[in-house]
Amino acid sequence: MSDRENETAMLEIKNLHASVEGNEILRGIDLKIGSGEVHAIMGPNGSGKSTLARVLAGQEDYEVTDGQVLFDGKDLLEMDPEERAREGVFMAFQYPVEIPGVSNTYFLKAALNAVRKHRGLPEMDALEFLKLVREKMKLVQMEESLLNRPVNEGFSGGEKKRNEIFHMAVLEPRLCVLDETDSGLDIDALRVVADGVNVLRNKDRGFLVITHYQRLLNYIVPDYVHVLVDGRIVRSGGKELALELEEKGYSWLEGMAPERPVPVGA
Amino acid sequence: MQTTETNTIEQFATQEYKFGFVTEVEQETFPPGLNEDIIRMLSAKKEEPAWMLEWRLKAYRHWLTMEEPTWANIHYAPIDFQSIAYYAGPKPKGSGPKSLDEVDPEILKTYEKLGIPLHEREMLAGVAVDAVFDSVSVATTFKGKLAEMGIIFCSFSEAVRNHPELVQQYMGSVVPYTDNFYATLNSAVFSDGSFVYVPKGVRCPMELSTYFRINARNTGQFERTLIVADEGAYVSYLEGCTAPMRDENQLHAAVVELVALKDATIKYSTVQNWYPGDEQGRGGIYNFVTKRGKCEGANSKISWTQVETGSAITWKYPSVILKGDHSTGEFYSVALTKGRQQADTGTKMIHIGKNTKSNIVSKGISAGEGQNTYRGAVRILKGADGARNFSQCDSMLIGDKCGAHTFPYIDVQNPTARMEHEATTSKIGEDQIFYCNQRGISTEDAVSMIVSGFCKEVFRELPMEFAVEAQKLLAVNLEGSVG
Repeated sequence: MSDRENETAMLEIKNLHASVEGNEILRGIDLKIGSGEVHAIMGPNGSGKSTLARVLAGQEDYEVTDGQVLFDGKDLLEMDPEERAREGVFMAFQYPVEIPGVSNTYFLKAALNAVRKHRGLPEMDALEFLKLVREKMKLVQMEESLLNRPVNEGFSGGEKKRNEIFHMAVLEPRLCVLDETDSGLDIDALRVVADGVNVLRNKDRGFLVITHYQRLLNYIVPDYVHVLVDGRIVRSGGKELALELEEKGYSWLEGMAPERPVPVGA
Repeated sequence: MQTTETNTIEQFATQEYKFGFVTEVEQETFPPGLNEDIIRMLSAKKEEPAWMLEWRLKAYRHWLTMEEPTWANIHYAPIDFQSIAYYAGPKPKGSGPKSLDEVDPEILKTYEKLGIPLHEREMLAGVAVDAVFDSVSVATTFKGKLAEMGIIFCSFSEAVRNHPELVQQYMGSVVPYTDNFYATLNSAVFSDGSFVYVPKGVRCPMELSTYFRINARNTGQFERTLIVADEGAYVSYLEGCTAPMRDENQLHAAVVELVALKDATIKYSTVQNWYPGDEQGRGGIYNFVTKRGKCEGANSKISWTQVETGSAITWKYPSVILKGDHSTGEFYSVALTKGRQQADTGTKMIHIGKNTKSNIVSKGISAGEGQNTYRGAVRILKGADGARNFSQCDSMLIGDKCGAHTFPYIDVQNPTARMEHEATTSKIGEDQIFYCNQRGISTEDAVSMIVSGFCKEVFRELPMEFAVEAQKLLAVNLEGSVG
């Protein structure tokens, strides 16, 4: 582990501060994610977990007041949301949005071709795309019936989340941010979604899994766990930290003075 | 990071109009003004029979007793009807074009620029075109092929001369010359338009299409279209329109009449892209149109589909009179207003026969400072046992300076009627755009995708090539909406 310090992380967040409508939510986040690593962010409600995800994705309601985020050495905060996506940052939404009248496949083909164009690859034609979609569908156990329905329209909570993972499988991002993907899922749906994520884990892809509950981490086993309280990471550790939290509750760490910045994996 | 949605939307209205060029062609134009002499001149110019002139004069005299309607939710300075020229046409070489070879090459070029080639060999397979340039029909394609099946497809003037019995029988039978201010004006001064007759049991093998082009300055365009589908006949008709960019407003007051006899079907589709005026609301076409169809016979069907993206002001209500038992009326509409455009549009479904059905799907999109009004009336008369209506009116707002208004009128005189009305208003969501962005899709493509999705139920009613065209047109109109 000691040589990690010298490696260039895929994602490097330095002293990140962000506010919404003048209220500071993130108060100095430091975090490094290397290729192939799965990091979990846990924390009580209102601690800033989802804000972190949305700031990384580029949602404009959040204003970054200080700090830096490097993605493969590039300044992520300078990029528009679509540019971040094309560079390989993917966010699985906590509440995936419905787009009436636009079929899921049509939408995904437009997205994939935008990403491919950015990477200097030729556009995929309908046949190639269909082949890819079938392959990925199997991979993440996506039901065929969801392909031609309008994006997320009338999908159940579980179907929406599965669709997010399906999008992820097709777009093959470098960094996947899962924003409370477990919320509103029963145990079976949770397992399907987690299985989907697990097959997408590989040595080139990093994950930032945001969750309130330890439960999800039984299925998506993280390499590192960070606890976010009041806009700061107050503790980092291995996967056993999640279990400890489950047992003791967040109050254990609430009000805790932030330690000096914790090196990743410390 | 500061590309806010507001910025995005404020640039919405700045898209340039692509069809605003003027054709240099030798024109013959009447002096401005309207009186009986002008009407006589017009009628003489068109070598019309006496009955036609009489009809025009009756309409004109009636028009003098009428007042301009003010009930629509639109605002504009009063129109000076004496400052408009009521006839403009390319000067004929000899006695008027007999074939395409005799049409002024400048005009052929105009249509080619607009993507409507008039040479039959270059035509999209399966579409016959009647091209109307200002007041005159300049070319009708595939006439011969259609004539073999007994289908008449020609300019209105030609029909008056060559098929007087049909014109006399049906003209004014759906929209009488006393109908309303603009329809009456049209009856007095209409210059040209298309005429279609499909005989008994014939299914028209190709889409028929009229392409209207206003070119001349300070002229009104008053075309008149009459389509008759005899028993068991089927016809699908398309209409497209553009005009040059000019600073003054131009009046377009058309009348379209459809007659469907027993078991006949008429499908009428419009893609209207008249010049909408500039960002400050200068210029643009006043599109005051009366369109109405009559399901005369049992089991007949009339279906209107319209995509309205142009014009400074649109005022039109394509309607269906459901007289025959078991007849069906449909209205599918997309109306987009941006910049300072205003649209007051909708439909009327009048149920007279038993077990008549009507279906209304209206999609209004407002952006910039556009004002979009849906106005629809459904009337179920006493004898219309078992009548059914379904209406769906959806409005989408883009930005916060535009408006959407819905005025449904319902009049039910028969207790067996079944009516359903659904209405929604949505704002194109920042969250929807962000979701698309997060998948790599640009804001511009996202807006266009979301709007197309919103209009899907209407687009799928359009013939294939037109649906693609309409989608492109909408995308073009939405271009420049992003920062």
